[in-house]
Amino acid sequence: MNWSLIWQGFLETCMMTFWTSIISYAIGLPLGVLLVITRKDGIRPAPTFNAVLGAVINFLRSIPFILLIAMLIPVTRVVMGTSIGTTASVFPLVVSATPYIARVVEQSFLEVDGGVIEAAKAMGSSTWQIIWKVLIPESVPSLVTGAAMAVTTILAYTAMVSAVGGGGIGAYAITKGYQRGKKYYDFMYVASAVLVLMVQVIAITGTRLTRRLDHRIR
Amino acid sequence: MSEANPILETSAPETPLIEVRNLRKVYQVPGGEVVALDGIDLTINRGQIYGIIGMSGAGKSTLIRCLNRLDTPTDGQILIDGQNILAMNNKQLMQMRRKVSMIFQSFNLLMQKTVARNVRYPLEIAGVPKAKANERVKELLKLVELDGKADAYPIQLSGGQRQRVAIARALASDPEVLLCDEATSALDPMTTQSILALLQDINQRLGITVVLITHEMAVIRQICNRVAILDGGRIAEEGTVDDVFIHTRSAAGKRLFGILSSDEDDTVSDVPALRVVFDGGKEGMPIIAGLVKNCGVDVNILSADIKPINGKPYGQMLIERPEDDAVCKQVIEYLTAQGVTVKEVVNG
Repeated sequence: MNWSLIWQGFLETCMMTFWTSIISYAIGLPLGVLLVITRKDGIRPAPTFNAVLGAVINFLRSIPFILLIAMLIPVTRVVMGTSIGTTASVFPLVVSATPYIARVVEQSFLEVDGGVIEAAKAMGSSTWQIIWKVLIPESVPSLVTGAAMAVTTILAYTAMVSAVGGGGIGAYAITKGYQRGKKYYDFMYVASAVLVLMVQVIAITGTRLTRRLDHRIR
Repeated sequence: MSEANPILETSAPETPLIEVRNLRKVYQVPGGEVVALDGIDLTINRGQIYGIIGMSGAGKSTLIRCLNRLDTPTDGQILIDGQNILAMNNKQLMQMRRKVSMIFQSFNLLMQKTVARNVRYPLEIAGVPKAKANERVKELLKLVELDGKADAYPIQLSGGQRQRVAIARALASDPEVLLCDEATSALDPMTTQSILALLQDINQRLGITVVLITHEMAVIRQICNRVAILDGGRIAEEGTVDDVFIHTRSAAGKRLFGILSSDEDDTVSDVPALRVVFDGGKEGMPIIAGLVKNCGVDVNILSADIKPINGKPYGQMLIERPEDDAVCKQVIEYLTAQGVTVKEVVNG
């Protein structure tokens, strides 16, 4: 059993998941806000813009990740400087995760009671104030639940970047375990077990955090 | 709160604060349009508690939401303090809304923020310095008798307490008008009483003009000076509460007061009579029995049409007028003291 490779894979997976999550949220969260406020019944209605943005997001979400990686290789080379390896794989991960996150975030915002938004409006809030002081704070518990889901999805996707020589524990489970034959299956199992554990930790943390942050629970 | 209120000092009574002229609101729906407001004219003076009552679908919610531009009318004019609010841009609207506050049936509090933070919200968005804002929050919570609940979250409060928070929040920006959109409709009768008392107190102490919409006659009866009855997007009747209540002319008004079938005029009887109007104010009070006992008169009931709505009596009763004027006066005084409205009906 190559424990040092397990450890190395674990660290790489953590890095990929971390950076992908940060960058995808940095873009996906504002997109989610735009999706909500430009709805027909939103605080800044812009139906045409909303329809176009929605279509682009749906388009990106409908491409299977493994194909997206292949299709993005030339773009990845330009953006990241290289098209193979762990760092390079963050780019297709972000492209795939961002539209997903935009939808997850949109869903969280839609859960905020319309009456509360209306009250904020009636108090003379600007659009910006409604977003920062009402929409986002009121949906924090739901945003955290959504984030736990998004991060576990990103974590699972990191295994697929082995296709472009990306690292990470999932990729090693395939390339250094499965693809090398039965003798190396134990490596594959251990690596998978580590992945499962990581997912569990994220899910449990998400649930606990949500419960602690939600003031609607007595 | 402690500062003298400029509204009370400077303005003469009977100066119009809100003027609505020929207001129309038409909603486009698939296959046609729905006329929610069909030419509303009304004037609300400073310092009044103005009630707008109507059945659901009468347009009252649309009307009150037009007053702070949560809804935009299709046609017509709304002047608040002489300013045409339909011509305002976004920035002016924001400023206007700080002077025209609103409370809601469902309270609409920020559920993830404490009571104090909820009340502080309007001050935060207006850029009031933190220390000053916190001071004001304390005053406001005291005013609504929630001093001890500053750090509680809305979920921990009862409905009445939540509405008090909403009222404190609405008052934070020092408004001139408080719009109440079915503010007591989600509350039990006891809590309704305390919220109405609070609204009255705010009106009297702070000189804030209150506009409320409701479907409950008792609410109008209890705190309003004037009332407009809305029916099918039009004002069916408007006037002082006493006047509208006793001389109900419109069909909508009669329906609302529970005087369903009988027309006022054809209840005029052959003999002089007293009209006793029950508006739901007293619950299960044996008023007539009390009348017999206290005034020592025989009561001859000529007609009665009273039905319980939400367990309270609504409707009217016609009793024979005692021949002796002194006794009659005594009867009227007794009945009035019981919280019902009495009016003499001449024969003919």
